[in-house]
Amino acid sequence: MTTPLTAQRGRRTRELPPAVAFILLLLAVAIIAPSFFSGANLRDLALNNAPVLIVAIGMTLVILIGEIDISVGSQFALCSVAAGSLAKAGVPMSLLPPCVIAIGVVMGALNGLLVGALGLPSIIVTLAMLVAWRDGLRWQTEGAWVQNLPADFQWLGLSPSSAYWVIVLTSITITVAAGWMLRHLRIGRAIYTVGSDAEAARLAGIEPPRVVVGVFAVMGALVGLAALLNAVRFNEVPSNAGTGLELKVIAAVVVGGTVITGGRGTPFGTFIGVALLGTIGTALSYVGINPFWEKAVQGAIILAALAADVALARLAKHHRPPRKAIVAAP
Amino acid sequence: MLALRASGITKAYAGVQALAGASLELRVGEVHALIGENGAGKSTFIKILTGAVVADAGEVEVAGHPVRDHSPRASRAMGIAAIYQQPALFPELSVAENIAIGWERAGRGGRVDWAERKRCALELLSRVGARIHPDAEAGDLSMPEQQLVEIARALGADAKVLILDEPTASLSDDDAQNLFRVIRQLRAHDVAMIYISHRLEELPAIADRVTVLRDGRTLGTYEMREMNREQLIQMMVGRELSAVFPKRTVPIGDPVLELQRVGCSASGVHDVSLTVHAGEIVGVSGLVGAGRTELARAIFGLTPSDAGEILVRGKRVQIHSPSDAIAHGIAYVPEDRRRHGVVLEMPVSENITLAALGTMTRFGALDFRRERDVATEYTRRLGVKTPSIGTLVSALSGGNQQKVALSRWLVTRPTMLILDEPTQGIDVGAKAEVHELMMELVASGVAILMISSELPEVLGMSDRIAVMQGGTVSEVLDRADATQERLLARALGRSTSEFTAMANPPVGA
Repeated sequence: MTTPLTAQRGRRTRELPPAVAFILLLLAVAIIAPSFFSGANLRDLALNNAPVLIVAIGMTLVILIGEIDISVGSQFALCSVAAGSLAKAGVPMSLLPPCVIAIGVVMGALNGLLVGALGLPSIIVTLAMLVAWRDGLRWQTEGAWVQNLPADFQWLGLSPSSAYWVIVLTSITITVAAGWMLRHLRIGRAIYTVGSDAEAARLAGIEPPRVVVGVFAVMGALVGLAALLNAVRFNEVPSNAGTGLELKVIAAVVVGGTVITGGRGTPFGTFIGVALLGTIGTALSYVGINPFWEKAVQGAIILAALAADVALARLAKHHRPPRKAIVAAP
Repeated sequence: MLALRASGITKAYAGVQALAGASLELRVGEVHALIGENGAGKSTFIKILTGAVVADAGEVEVAGHPVRDHSPRASRAMGIAAIYQQPALFPELSVAENIAIGWERAGRGGRVDWAERKRCALELLSRVGARIHPDAEAGDLSMPEQQLVEIARALGADAKVLILDEPTASLSDDDAQNLFRVIRQLRAHDVAMIYISHRLEELPAIADRVTVLRDGRTLGTYEMREMNREQLIQMMVGRELSAVFPKRTVPIGDPVLELQRVGCSASGVHDVSLTVHAGEIVGVSGLVGAGRTELARAIFGLTPSDAGEILVRGKRVQIHSPSDAIAHGIAYVPEDRRRHGVVLEMPVSENITLAALGTMTRFGALDFRRERDVATEYTRRLGVKTPSIGTLVSALSGGNQQKVALSRWLVTRPTMLILDEPTQGIDVGAKAEVHELMMELVASGVAILMISSELPEVLGMSDRIAVMQGGTVSEVLDRADATQERLLARALGRSTSEFTAMANPPVGA
């Protein structure tokens, strides 16, 4: 038989440390404070983290191609306010998702064009956008929240429990779809290649600028979707939504094993990263630790993730297959 | 008296011997030419003298003192300075600042005495005969001016040994004459100079003695006035045809690639006309910088050509990007595979299928079984030694990486294969396998354009040889007419008569 493809396995091992940490966390909480696993608490956690997960999946793609997008928080705010305003202006609920997603795509594609076509550094481009969208929005709304929303805005006009499943399953579906796309489609291979070595990708006939524009546009679309699914949980839309979201999301991606310089990582890892960082605060309070420690613990987890990465790399080096190897067996 | 003596210098990079016993004796106040083919070891030799690279064995003495501490700093302290073809000034700093860097001592409390710095700069600039304002920004100067600033800096550092690496390669004749004047002045002030140049015709006018390097060894040192161009070329090319090439005659078919006055203004390639037929290997010879890689990149759409016409199998085509080229059956295995020929952090299998992913899909999704089969087939066919096809390419040896790079393109079933230095830096066994593979490919009707700096390889494998010089193909030789001397002479340009004409001015101070 043919030799097994160890490639995918190699990509997966990076998710092991956060997965183990997450399981240990759940075990610890199960022993100390089993009430953590009450239906209401899990439901809250899932609802809170679903929009974060959707944005984090987009960020995974962006980081995989070796770029970064720190404007997602501001995009998120703009999309949230847009969702509320459109609903107030009488746009039917069924048309709201495509409209908000389209707004996200436009903002994302703008980032993509500046980075991919003009070759500007993504951290600067998206820093400019972070400021521009956020302050533009502040100027437009004068800080006011969108209130008096139509009755069918909250929970998308569904019952709260149906809406809950819609929101959570959407985020899971997107994670699975992104994972499948990266593994099974040509574009997925192109994304990994561009992140590993853009010039080598170009020499192999891939056009990195197109990949960059596409990935940023998808990032925007996911931000739009996440903003909408987040906004419908409440009966008013804050104009400062998504502040600090970019840091939360980037941290989750990195903790999930995606290499910050691109080329390696998976949506599954990001899922674990979001789960770990998203539950740690609640878990702490259940265990009886002051929740003010949440940020500090999150910071420690990020550092631990990086340390585990270095340690794994060292280990892999020591266990390198011998140079004098046999020809790949038929 | 000797300014510098280097003896028995050896240096190997990853198993490839760059220097194998090079030596040089440099007298005080002489201009000593150092010549050799591409890859003869000149660059490595210079790097060892300047301390950029540490030799494996051998000794260097400066003014009778053995060099023990090998570092750029130590070399500079002993009075060795080098000036390269491309000036290496800090473009945002002023001329005076550039000149002061590395040797100026700070005043009290680490403060800079600007008036003194400027005065020094002016004095040094006048010594090299340059009329340049010390406050000018270095980046605004012309290339020859920047060179003079570099020489001024070397003088400021009290350089006793000045290494000039192809200083005239991008200078006009006037600027070159001016540089020669400066060099003669320095010689009169007892500065010893090592002068590296591919322009053999200018050596009689400037050099006192000449040392020839070949295959990393010093062949000999001669009085310049006793040598002529033919003798020098003869010595440079006498490389042994050690390898036996598996060259066989295969039927030559229709033209696959026709270039008609192709040019690319971005990379300096111009007026290239060349035809490659099915079953034919056309070698591209020339010096580094003659535009060989640039031509390949233009054909492959990396820096698309903007002049002339490209025909593939008789049809005029537009190639704006590598994907266009691939669609027309053109494949390009770049030079320096470690940089971009393979994706190091990807497994062997994914590297092999990367350029042909379109044929690896089933209902739009990647067909892993097919990918595995193709990767297994090609690793076996090319004899890629790897633990498995899932191993990261970074874990393979150079020769095996090159075979992976080749596999990637063979999977696309190209009709036109461009190979850029296909056997550079790989071991002898892998080399022979690559050559054998090339023969198999042409036997199956593929056309090959092979860029190579290794003359024996060019002569051994090519049916015809295109010599490039100054961005264009200056001549196409038939296999039967080509010799190492001829190729090198053509690559160096200018005819023999010009050489002797230039040699006539009196040699010496």
